[in-house]
Amino acid sequence: MIATGFAAKKPKPAAAAALTAPRIPLMTDEQRAIHALNRLTFGPRPGDLEQVKQMGVARWLEQQLQPSSIPENPTLLSKLEPLDTLQMSTAAMLEKYPSQQMVKAMAEGRLPLPQDPRTRAAVQTSIARYEKRLASGADAQANGVQPPPPPPNPQAQQQTQQQMQAGQPGRGVPAGRGVQPPPAARITPEMVNALPLEPDQREAFLNGTQESRLALVESLPDEKLVDVLEALPQPVRQRLSSAGSATLRRRVEILNTPQQVVNRDLSEGKLLRAIYSNRQLEEVLTDFWYNHFNVYLDKGADRYMVTAYERDVIRPHVLGKFKDLLLATAQSPAMLFYLDNWESAGDPGTLGMMPGLGRGMLPGPGRGPVPPNQRRQGLNENYGRELMELHTLGVDGGYTQQDVTEVAKCFTGWTIRQPQQGGGFFFNPRLHDRSEKHVLGVTIPAGGGIEDGLKVIDLLAKHPATAKFIAKSIAIRFVSDEPPEDLVAKMAATFTKTDGDLREVMRTMLGADEFWAASNFRAKLKSPLEMVVSAVRAVNGDVDSATQMAGLMNTLGQPLYRKVEPTGYTNRGGDWMNSASLLARMNFATALARGQIAGVKVDSAQFDGDVPQIEKNILLTEASAASQGAIMAGLDQPIDQPAPAPIPSQQGSGGRGRGPLQQLQLQRGAVTKGTVVAGLTLGSPDFQRR
Amino acid sequence: MPFSRRIFLRGSAIAMVGAGAAPLWLQRAAFAQNTAGQRRKVLVAIFQRGAADGLNIVVPHGEQRYYDLRPTISVPRPAAGVAKEDSVIDLDGMFGLHPSLVPLKPLWDRQQLAIVHAAGSPDPTRSHFDAQDYMESGTPGFKATNDGWLNRALLPVQGKPSPVRAVSLGPTLPRAMRGANDSVAVENLNSFNVRDAAAAKALEAMYMGSGDAVLNGTGRATFEAVALLQSIQKTPYQPAAGAQYPAGRFGDSLRQIAQLIKADVGVEVAFADLGGWDHHAQEVGPKASVGQLANRLTEFGGSLAAFYQDLGDRMEDVVVVTMSEFGRTAKENGDRGTDHGHANAMFVLGGPVQGGKVYGQWPGLAPEQLYENRDLALTTDFRDVLGEAVFSHLGNQQIAKVFPKYAGGPDKFKGFLKT
Repeated sequence: MIATGFAAKKPKPAAAAALTAPRIPLMTDEQRAIHALNRLTFGPRPGDLEQVKQMGVARWLEQQLQPSSIPENPTLLSKLEPLDTLQMSTAAMLEKYPSQQMVKAMAEGRLPLPQDPRTRAAVQTSIARYEKRLASGADAQANGVQPPPPPPNPQAQQQTQQQMQAGQPGRGVPAGRGVQPPPAARITPEMVNALPLEPDQREAFLNGTQESRLALVESLPDEKLVDVLEALPQPVRQRLSSAGSATLRRRVEILNTPQQVVNRDLSEGKLLRAIYSNRQLEEVLTDFWYNHFNVYLDKGADRYMVTAYERDVIRPHVLGKFKDLLLATAQSPAMLFYLDNWESAGDPGTLGMMPGLGRGMLPGPGRGPVPPNQRRQGLNENYGRELMELHTLGVDGGYTQQDVTEVAKCFTGWTIRQPQQGGGFFFNPRLHDRSEKHVLGVTIPAGGGIEDGLKVIDLLAKHPATAKFIAKSIAIRFVSDEPPEDLVAKMAATFTKTDGDLREVMRTMLGADEFWAASNFRAKLKSPLEMVVSAVRAVNGDVDSATQMAGLMNTLGQPLYRKVEPTGYTNRGGDWMNSASLLARMNFATALARGQIAGVKVDSAQFDGDVPQIEKNILLTEASAASQGAIMAGLDQPIDQPAPAPIPSQQGSGGRGRGPLQQLQLQRGAVTKGTVVAGLTLGSPDFQRR
Repeated sequence: MPFSRRIFLRGSAIAMVGAGAAPLWLQRAAFAQNTAGQRRKVLVAIFQRGAADGLNIVVPHGEQRYYDLRPTISVPRPAAGVAKEDSVIDLDGMFGLHPSLVPLKPLWDRQQLAIVHAAGSPDPTRSHFDAQDYMESGTPGFKATNDGWLNRALLPVQGKPSPVRAVSLGPTLPRAMRGANDSVAVENLNSFNVRDAAAAKALEAMYMGSGDAVLNGTGRATFEAVALLQSIQKTPYQPAAGAQYPAGRFGDSLRQIAQLIKADVGVEVAFADLGGWDHHAQEVGPKASVGQLANRLTEFGGSLAAFYQDLGDRMEDVVVVTMSEFGRTAKENGDRGTDHGHANAMFVLGGPVQGGKVYGQWPGLAPEQLYENRDLALTTDFRDVLGEAVFSHLGNQQIAKVFPKYAGGPDKFKGFLKT
């Protein structure tokens, strides 16, 4: 039970409507427009409210339900362009940014080196590192042993990300645990002499400023640039690149950590889309459905599968038919790998074809030789269970352990061709349990093949428990932590009537009074992702790099693509509120407004107005009395200016908009009255709800 | 009660291991009763999320069926030709620890580690989510419970309670700790503040004055805890006695819990979790000491042992209890892993523990002894274990309030705590 706190108006039965159901008090027109933006986008940007009001809420909703009709934001497209892995197939990614296994294969000459010179250089660096480890005997792979999968530990990733940005520590952002200060990045004559540059260039590099060095490096032709970057010690390279262009940064990232490029692109792409896309509802729904069919990025081969999974499996179906979405996930390498179905096989004796030909004859699963006595066959019920519990029926949907086992049998043989090398789905009849199965009271006759799984998909997609479970999940995300039963029933009815048409289910929800009930207005607590993205949108942040924001998601407890459990993250806002989260939100809010989040520029000129106006620009309504009062009182405090610039301690006169900082010159990154007000507003209780 | 218990400790534990062999802290603890006003009883709850494989953690190596059920992923008995680090660490001839838990063996030998086997939730669900929820709410089978057992375990206090009496490490507040008593989640003690002091004042005023019940409540609890914890943020924390916490979130969590306990800021219950136990495939590598389970256990055991070493004589006030939502199938599956099962093993460690013993009744692994013909059967309700810790250690005797719908009570307790 989540208390809704403020804005909880009790519906009063209207006397006139006494014969019918009591009418729900509804929002005003202004509130409807704000509510639409709060719930169907990642938060309003300046100007959005006016646009919605001008179009009319109904037309705006209809447009968002047809995302392909909305021209995409050119700023987004240009920011996504350098993130080349977002458009690649899993196999292409593995070639350009190879995994450790593939580096090993190339080092041993079992795979050719890439053609592209830049890619080749990066791969050669990886091979050199691999061989060094091999020589020192430190690497488990030297013994042909598959390294353990990375621990499902967001912290480990956080540290990687913090190391990545070591040259650019965000002053206002919570540091992770155990983060080491960046190693000294001094430029020495020996270092410079080793650079493959002309003597005069070396001279200039040694004696120049950071800016002139950067200019020199950026002016080099492609091949030369790679050589120079490679010759520089990692900390120097890092510091140089963190000040450089996006293109330079990317080259350095590729050189330093080629295996990180894919997941960095993913997180960066997700944040950029959430912040910039004009197709906001599609983004919110892609987030919702990815989370519904959650896959954990760091589980082995999934690192290279999640990009295609989100792009080709989730996104195209978010306003389509549920059954298509369900089938696409069931046949996606990402899900097959994550929930282990690719390894599930019928017990010996149920495999009707070619008995004795087990998986020993199949393409290797890519984890090195398995001793013959360990090569076994058998069922894995992981997917079968989560398919019903989390993807379709819901845990109370009326299935039994027997159903779990039977469903798992139906999906035996649904596997992946060479998962470590980017292979796709295929049905392997030699792994399929051909016995008769009974699923939820339906008999699936013996002797079937791939159609056994297809029948289960069909059965589950049409099941009334699925309609209800999906309707309720959507309603929890979009309407309320405790959505009204009537609304869920209406949405479930639409689901059933339209054969699981998700656009129609959304229409039913958006057409229902329950969605527009006054008590829903700004009543749902934001998740960390919603908080971070909505804050950047509210102040029109210009995102050059989303790396630090992605790292912040770890601190806030919602690391992107890294929910280990198949449940995905909670859709209930109340679950996210706690002291750690609150402090991280406040620190992010104040840092963002001051332009201290690395990679995000915030124009402080927008905070020039008077205090209530700054608040309203961010919240779209007036701030609550408590927030207003605290902000005004706060302006009378001497404001904490980050070192080294000291604050002239001038006595403020107190009144509205006249703090001690009014005289300070406006400059990016500096503390001004406006940035203080904006930071406090973003950190206020008012902004934590949508 | 603390007085007599300490006297008992002095007379028993030291006598048992001999004064010379007793760790220094144990000797000091025996004389510490004069300062007991400052020190509180602390219960630390550890959740292994994902259903840890109890049968490969506390291995029933005395039962041949264990090896029959797990031809490729069992932990072998010590034998010629099997490296010591790849075989069971025998405890009592019947049970043994997984070799990656070697750091816990000294605690067992000092009788400060007890194990309850075949324990867990009586609810039959094999859903991670539901089972975790049930175990954290403390009401298996009932979804309507709003709060968690660890929150309800707190005793009523006179006057103002410490804002960090209930503290959880990590970015989210676990279900077990939600409820009417204030509780805080701490992601990192060193950054547990609003960095900008002026903004902090304004934000504090905002949240204190907010009419939003949820944000007002969380905000007030947060700022009170921030004020209290300022004093311990100034000096970098050095674990005592050379304790080395393994790298990773779980080690970090336990290190910070130790820091809070030693700072005497009023912690009564603490919570930390460690995920990644859901090993449906390749649970064990080519030998027992490598692979996913071994990795998890290295972090788990190493962190608990470091915590024990770090706290030194403060372990006298501390009981740590571990749990996981359910166990795993007795028989291995087709992918050298295990699927969702039923009963599991729980660890209890600390100064007040009568350890060196596996508690509970062993149900056996014969087909007819298994639960639903596939899983380790349950002979101890997890509330029997948690209940004893709450009752005997925290001193909260209102077991029916801490565990509503639980029919058990002191008669069900296993007696793993000294009384």
